[in-house]
Amino acid sequence: MKLIIIVLSAIFVNNFVLSRFLGICPFLGVSKKVETALGMGIAVTFVMALASVMTWVVQFAILIPLKIEYMQTIAFILVIAGLVQFVEMVMKKTSPTLYQALGVYLPLITTNCAVLGVAILNIESGFNIIETLLNGVGGALGFTLAIVLFAGIRERMELAPYPKSLEGFPIALITASLLSIAFLGFSGLL
Amino acid sequence: MKLWKDFSNGLIKENPTFRLVLGTCPTMAVTTAVFNGLGMGIAVIAVLICSNLIISLINKIVPNEVRIPIYIVVIATFVSAVEMLIKAFSPALDSALGIFIPLIVVNCIILARAESFASKNPPLNSIMDGLGMGIGFTLALIFMSGVRELLGAGTFLNMPIFGAGFEPALILILPPGGFLVYGLAIALFNKLIVKKA
Repeated sequence: MKLIIIVLSAIFVNNFVLSRFLGICPFLGVSKKVETALGMGIAVTFVMALASVMTWVVQFAILIPLKIEYMQTIAFILVIAGLVQFVEMVMKKTSPTLYQALGVYLPLITTNCAVLGVAILNIESGFNIIETLLNGVGGALGFTLAIVLFAGIRERMELAPYPKSLEGFPIALITASLLSIAFLGFSGLL
Repeated sequence: MKLWKDFSNGLIKENPTFRLVLGTCPTMAVTTAVFNGLGMGIAVIAVLICSNLIISLINKIVPNEVRIPIYIVVIATFVSAVEMLIKAFSPALDSALGIFIPLIVVNCIILARAESFASKNPPLNSIMDGLGMGIGFTLALIFMSGVRELLGAGTFLNMPIFGAGFEPALILILPPGGFLVYGLAIALFNKLIVKKA
């Protein structure tokens, strides 16, 4: 039961993008088309699941036994950067089609603060390794849901008339605000 | 003269928040109160100056292929130092900013300045650039948190401004308010400042 709550909470109630403000850069940057948004979502899901588990292992197998918890930020960002590079190389060798589809988004993920954010949140919440994995996957699915919905709205807005000073980021942010209000409705879910 | 230009560049012309739209996550997450916005701004100024200085000093000996990981390690080191200082001197700020202090590492403003400015310019200019960008970011945060705190909670730096009859618009300090105020602030900035220049 607790596990289901963790996943639902990560996807809907505490949606990473719309209620925790994590991963806004890719959310605004690669949301002009639904297909690219979906590609980004899948790449993030993949990396976030791996990164959650890896950073958890680093924290409990290296940092805590050696009593160097203050190195957490440096260690985690290095793990994530290395992981992204590794995933990119493996994907290139084993699945060229997937690599073609996700290729451009993979390097961008290193600076996606949702990945480092979920790693730190997992440790702060005192999750065990299974809860960590589920929180990572749930958070990433929430990210995917938000970015795909947002891209769908933006595709339709291309044709809508609005004032010139709202072009580009302002109208996108106002749209995101409305989407965020919609997600506030989930807050009574759990 | 060149130094002043490097400094003032980040204030308006290339304001990181409103013009370059970098570092958006902390911009919206911490601006629920002016105190938090100011604290985050100062933390970013400190990290930005130090990392710009170090990166401009080491850029000649860093191999081009591995520069990004090295920049990230330099930035992460300063972020850890700032994190420990905030924990020690202002526990209130630490609990208010929470996870967003370690996340300064992935604040795109810092890596963007390292890559596009500090790696190509001498140390003194890089310090001025860091200071200007940091102050531009801080001013933007103060503006946004001022609007949100004033209308969303009816206070400024926790002091009540309006009388008891004021009904705060709570939505502005909730997440949707962050997106809304940021969007309108960029639009206003474009309308008033960019068009004239």
